[in-house]
Amino acid sequence: MKEYVMGNAAIALGALKAGVNIACGYPGTPSSEIIETLSKYPHEGLHLEWSVNEKAALEVASAAAYSGARALVTMKQVGLNVASDPLMSLAYVGVEGGLVVVSADDPGPISSQTEQDTRRFADFARIPVFDPSSPEEAFEMIQDAFEYSEKYKTPVLFRPTTRIDHGYASIDAPDSYIPKSFEGFKKDAGRFVIFPRLSYKNHGLIEERNVKIGEDLSSYRFNTCEGSSFKKAVLASGVSYMYAKEFLKDHPDIRLIKVATAYPFPESFMLDKLKGVETIICLEELSPYLEEQLLKLAGKHALDIKVLGKISGHVPHMGELSTDIVKTILIKYLDLKEDITPEDDSLPKLPQRPPVLCAGCPHRASFYAVKKAMEGKKTYYCGDIGCYTLGNAMPLDMVDTCLCMGAGVTMAQGFSHIDDKGKAFAFIGDSTFFASGITGVVNAIINEADITVCILDNSTTAMTGHQPHPGTGRNMMGHVVNAVSIEKILEGIGLEKIVTIDPLDLKKAIDTIRECADIKGVKAIIFKSVCIALERSDKKCEVSDKCINCGKCIRETGCPALIQSENHVTIDRSLCSGCTLCAQVCPVNAIGGANE
Amino acid sequence: MNKDILICGVGGQGTVLASRIIAAAAMAEGSTVHSAETIGMAQRGGPVTSHVRIGDEAYSPLIPNKKADLIIGFEPSEVVRNINYLSRDGIAVVNTSPVKPVTESLLKSGYDGTEMVSYLKENVNCIFVDGNTECEKLGSVKFLNILLLGVAAGSGKLGIKKETILEEIKKRVKEKFVDANTKAFLTGYEIGDAKEKR
Repeated sequence: MKEYVMGNAAIALGALKAGVNIACGYPGTPSSEIIETLSKYPHEGLHLEWSVNEKAALEVASAAAYSGARALVTMKQVGLNVASDPLMSLAYVGVEGGLVVVSADDPGPISSQTEQDTRRFADFARIPVFDPSSPEEAFEMIQDAFEYSEKYKTPVLFRPTTRIDHGYASIDAPDSYIPKSFEGFKKDAGRFVIFPRLSYKNHGLIEERNVKIGEDLSSYRFNTCEGSSFKKAVLASGVSYMYAKEFLKDHPDIRLIKVATAYPFPESFMLDKLKGVETIICLEELSPYLEEQLLKLAGKHALDIKVLGKISGHVPHMGELSTDIVKTILIKYLDLKEDITPEDDSLPKLPQRPPVLCAGCPHRASFYAVKKAMEGKKTYYCGDIGCYTLGNAMPLDMVDTCLCMGAGVTMAQGFSHIDDKGKAFAFIGDSTFFASGITGVVNAIINEADITVCILDNSTTAMTGHQPHPGTGRNMMGHVVNAVSIEKILEGIGLEKIVTIDPLDLKKAIDTIRECADIKGVKAIIFKSVCIALERSDKKCEVSDKCINCGKCIRETGCPALIQSENHVTIDRSLCSGCTLCAQVCPVNAIGGANE
Repeated sequence: MNKDILICGVGGQGTVLASRIIAAAAMAEGSTVHSAETIGMAQRGGPVTSHVRIGDEAYSPLIPNKKADLIIGFEPSEVVRNINYLSRDGIAVVNTSPVKPVTESLLKSGYDGTEMVSYLKENVNCIFVDGNTECEKLGSVKFLNILLLGVAAGSGKLGIKKETILEEIKKRVKEKFVDANTKAFLTGYEIGDAKEKR
């Protein structure tokens, strides 16, 4: 049946069509909708999970793939860094059933820490990578990825980019789900137990095999070539191919080559298409991977060809490409007489709309309480990955560092060792705590750190669209399970003090924070209050005529529901959730309510 | 038929439903459709866009500069932010009611939309709609998206039949809101139709 779906849904439906037996992942923009889509379509017999992190997801899937099952693992590109330990070893061991790791890249970056390139990771791990250029192609290509994985008994990477993940198109969705039948795990220690000797032997075999895969991929259906005018050629991959195509549809004679399998590089395909080519320009986002492959190829075969791209300075290294960037590059490259339409720069000054914590977000109250409690003291505020990274914005200004998942805890520890006068705080969300915060707390304990770990527990993974996590007591199989208790984990680790408080009770929160900060050692404060986007509250605060319009509520909290009018502050009822933080900040008790 | 339609506004205004309805209606009439939407952090009070590309000649998921046949603008400054997409003979349906940035109380830009509307009046072929007033008549701001969709359809620039869109609205909104949304669409349709005939 034809369905109009998001690229991530197309990937999920392609995996279902391929009979995937197990799918694991960790949420991360732009990859999160793949696992979510699987849960919405018929999938009786599929094991589906949000794993605790990407490393766990890949390891769970690996066992299934050793047993001959088809396994899908999903994550964003920085998640692949977390999963790289099992991935690097798995590349040596190989698989029996198809195993496809979807690692969604994010040129821009639009919502990520890095502009890393999964194609390079494929090269690093010596495993194939598939790079779709549209949602329709992604649907077909994920099925091919399973086939190639099984044919060569290797894990395979699949890397869409944001524009593919979040683009919409119609695909022929499968009507039913038939899981692949498989034989089960056959014990073979010589194959599945990684030892130096095995790695040495397989290293050689992998290099030999990759030459064969490169040959095989030279006739792969999505490595394509168009156009008969070949002196000046264009090479593109992923969505950049679509940008090139958008311009070259009016110049159909220009040779346009698409490489959908960057590694192993389809060498004979490329050599064939380069015949007669004098200059070639590489249009690709993130790293100049294909450009480097062409330079290598030109050296290896002593080709008389000029290779242009990022390295030569013709294509920008950073950020996304677009139809217009590609058009400008190609007009120059092809010496065309077309106008490059200049952007209209006479526009009036546009209002900025920066992302902020939602009105009523409990994180605002947590940050504000710590800020008040520590006023005048030397502090280190180590943030982490999640909505609460927005605690960095004015007026809260409560995030001094943010590096990667879980780093807040360990970095706070680091500050505590180099400065015993400052007070170090870590801010970490509940999902991030489970993903990679626990080991940091253990590390802090045995190394005698003096830190306060603030766990911002809003009972969900809010940033990526409210996925469940180990603390929520329900899983992706739809089962209610024992919720893992953050308190009990911390008790087991043996912290000096563990307290759970309601961040919306400002005075009590401030007192507790001061008390904890004064105790030496590792302490934890669990700020427990549910995400307001998860459980909508009908409560609203109201401003009475006692308001002296001093604006303190706005200056201190920065809540977007507060509006300063001419004579008094008003509250936008459509945004307010009645959290009462503003009421507790007001110096003249003018804000009340929180009534339904 | 090849048509590029850009829908823009502020997170929470209902742009996504409008773009889904247009895509579904165009497909129901046999066209190939691609679209791309803003997802993620930018949704929360941030600028949002939906690019809807109808026809077989669309490759890029985003509309190229100066290629949009129609902009459906839910907020005047967001129309200006995206005005480089509009083609020279394109038309913009513009809600003149501004949405202040959520940070306005703190950063005080003084933004009230008037400068945007006068810029658009001078430079762009627009159909202006006073969204707040029209929605008040309809009973809720929640009908803004369908109202503007109606204006776009009435202007004739959408290239999709009125009945096809009404059918998709019926499929996509909760049953108890079908009548109210139909009314919002038809109200908008009349506005668009009248402006076009002038």
